[in-house]
Amino acid sequence: MTNKQYQEYATKRSETSPCIINCIKAFITGGLICMIGEAFKQLYLYLNIDSDTSLLFASLSIILLTAISTGLGFFDKIARFGKGGALVPISGFANAITSEAIESKSEGLITGVATKMFTIAGPVIIYGITASIIYGLFYYIFIM
Amino acid sequence: MNYLISFLIGGLLCIPAQILLDKTKLTNARILTLYVVVGVILGGIGVYKPIADFASTGATIPLTGFGYTLSKGVKEAVESEGFIGIIKGGLIATSTGISFTLFVALLTSLFCKSHTK
Repeated sequence: MTNKQYQEYATKRSETSPCIINCIKAFITGGLICMIGEAFKQLYLYLNIDSDTSLLFASLSIILLTAISTGLGFFDKIARFGKGGALVPISGFANAITSEAIESKSEGLITGVATKMFTIAGPVIIYGITASIIYGLFYYIFIM
Repeated sequence: MNYLISFLIGGLLCIPAQILLDKTKLTNARILTLYVVVGVILGGIGVYKPIADFASTGATIPLTGFGYTLSKGVKEAVESEGFIGIIKGGLIATSTGISFTLFVALLTSLFCKSHTK
């Protein structure tokens, strides 16, 4: 094994293990966020709200918690630990929008905050809607 | 039991994103977009509904759930209103989440300062 080969081997090995650890962290973080959501859902069910609305409220509660913790700078710490785990739940979406909004405050409320909010929300909403319209067309033509 | 299922499914859904983050150069925005589109597709072909029924918050809180809601909204709107439902359904179903996120984000930005510097 030449030096170069060894170096390639070494970097490869050192890349794999962080990925696995990161995956475990992401699993735990994402799981916990969903579990908090579940706790909210159970709370709303307990308050006699029907199950569909409880699910919706659970998502909204996570959004609210994320926005507040982003504002307080606390969510960054969760995101640094959980990475993908903090990104995938609705918290990632809420955090992306909120942090862009806060950081672009100096550029003004209209051209700064309101515009920058959509740097991440925009693609998500646009491609989500596009996909849903394509699906709707298929559904309308082939199934209805 | 509900908590455990929610934890497991929610956690599992995060792993592909982590692998993409580590192994590719995809940015957060791309991964989120990918998740939503995948959610629409999985919802459309009927794979996601059983998962959502089984895991509840574990499947609806991850962004694939957002995509699933889009597809579900379109499907229901097409069934009840026909052609116009194709355009209407998606945003109607997801309107609460989108409006609330934007509103809360704006409010937060008014009250909080940037922490990055």
